[in-house]
Amino acid sequence: MVDSLGITSRQTPLHSLHEALGASFTDFAGWQMPVRYTSDLAEHHAVRATAGLFDVSHMAEFEVSGPQVGAFLDYAVSSWLSPVELGQAKYALLLNEDGGAIDDLIVYRTGPFQYFVVANAGNREPAWSALKQRAVDFDVELHDVSDQTALLALQGPKAYETLMRVFGLEVGTTPLADLKYYRAIPARFEGEPVLIGRTGYTGEDGFELFIDVSHAVALWQALMNAGGPLGLVPAGLACRDTLRLEAGMPLYGHELNATTMPVQADLGRAVSLVKGNFVGRDAVVEGPGFGAPVLVGLIGDGRRAPRADYRIFVGDVPVGVVTSGALSPTLGYPIAMAYVDPDYAESGSGLEVDVRGTRLPVVVADLPFYQRKKN
Amino acid sequence: MSLPNDLGYTAEHEWLRMDGDEATVGITAYAAEKLGDVVYVDLPKVGQKVTAGSVVGEIESTKSVGELFAPATGTVTATNDSVVASPELVNHDAFGQGWLIKMTIDEAPALLTADEYAALTGE
Repeated sequence: MVDSLGITSRQTPLHSLHEALGASFTDFAGWQMPVRYTSDLAEHHAVRATAGLFDVSHMAEFEVSGPQVGAFLDYAVSSWLSPVELGQAKYALLLNEDGGAIDDLIVYRTGPFQYFVVANAGNREPAWSALKQRAVDFDVELHDVSDQTALLALQGPKAYETLMRVFGLEVGTTPLADLKYYRAIPARFEGEPVLIGRTGYTGEDGFELFIDVSHAVALWQALMNAGGPLGLVPAGLACRDTLRLEAGMPLYGHELNATTMPVQADLGRAVSLVKGNFVGRDAVVEGPGFGAPVLVGLIGDGRRAPRADYRIFVGDVPVGVVTSGALSPTLGYPIAMAYVDPDYAESGSGLEVDVRGTRLPVVVADLPFYQRKKN
Repeated sequence: MSLPNDLGYTAEHEWLRMDGDEATVGITAYAAEKLGDVVYVDLPKVGQKVTAGSVVGEIESTKSVGELFAPATGTVTATNDSVVASPELVNHDAFGQGWLIKMTIDEAPALLTADEYAALTGE
């Protein structure tokens, strides 16, 4: 598919399979991605009740290795990565000098001197060039493996049981049952290496599976065969967005951007000041200016949702802007994330959102909106 | 997707069933599918005068907001309460139970035939 500018929109290795499943597609970060297969709501509910399988092969992946890899990552990103254990994953922000985010990342430690970095598809280039630039004084090697890496996200209460039933999947030393949240293990599927992380973007238990593009279709089919009887369904990007919103997870370009600091997004935990110097440290230590807006949750009545870019008021005074919003499929009422003036950020504060000319009353609420029941 | 032949269509993805000088108006199955699951509809009031091309209502899905344009100038004579209570009717039966409003038509608008509309959407 070629758009009006002649730019080819990319397809994941699973594209034909999605077409055969009757998916609708949307252009996302230059990729043709399945937005839904049957119904956004049905797929959303399936992930909460049983399980959903997402193709998120558009995501970017970088391998970083070398004798100084720990020190390099500590300098290049916000989290303290050198001390993480083998197999551990950590959320990190790739900050600019001003303390804003170039991207948000998940970084897995895959070897004594090796890490695996997952970046947003839309930020592949800026993230890659920032990392390359920051690597010049370190003895490290970086490889952009995005083009040969497919990523399937298996999410939902039946994810674990599904994975246990997958034919042809050999897991190494750690049994899957012992794989904790934000940990990863190397495995093999039909002989091909696959990295399995207990991570996700839905607020449910689940796994993310990284595999060479050549084996992506076979792995998808094996997962569907194993999980179909348990209620596993293919799930598109539309429900991925409502799921992550309910779980209060930030989306780059909405809750995160180049001018918003981690503390404003309540991501102070993703920044380590004790580890030493890193890009953006001075700005982060100084902090945003007095009165800088902060991220909050909003809850409304009825069925009409505040949406991204809608303005928030108290009387006639503008106090913020919505970054993401939807009628929550799980909760049944409108939810949103927004940046508001800190004077109005307290839970329970009553605000108004301008919904296309109509004022909609909302109340500030704690994030996340939804939390799964843990066993 | 099969389009009913007895309906007229607009480029704004609406359909009209003409009955004398009254029309029943809805959005097409194509539009409903593009929107995704419809979760909220905001319709004009009965008795409201509307002008062709103006925005008279909204159809919201989990993902986006679609506007309902008046396909002609006239007066709203009925709104579909069932679809307000169960917006998913727009997805399940766009050309039937998912109708949105009935209105009188001052002047018959130029409409597309089913074939012309199918050509427009490429389906």
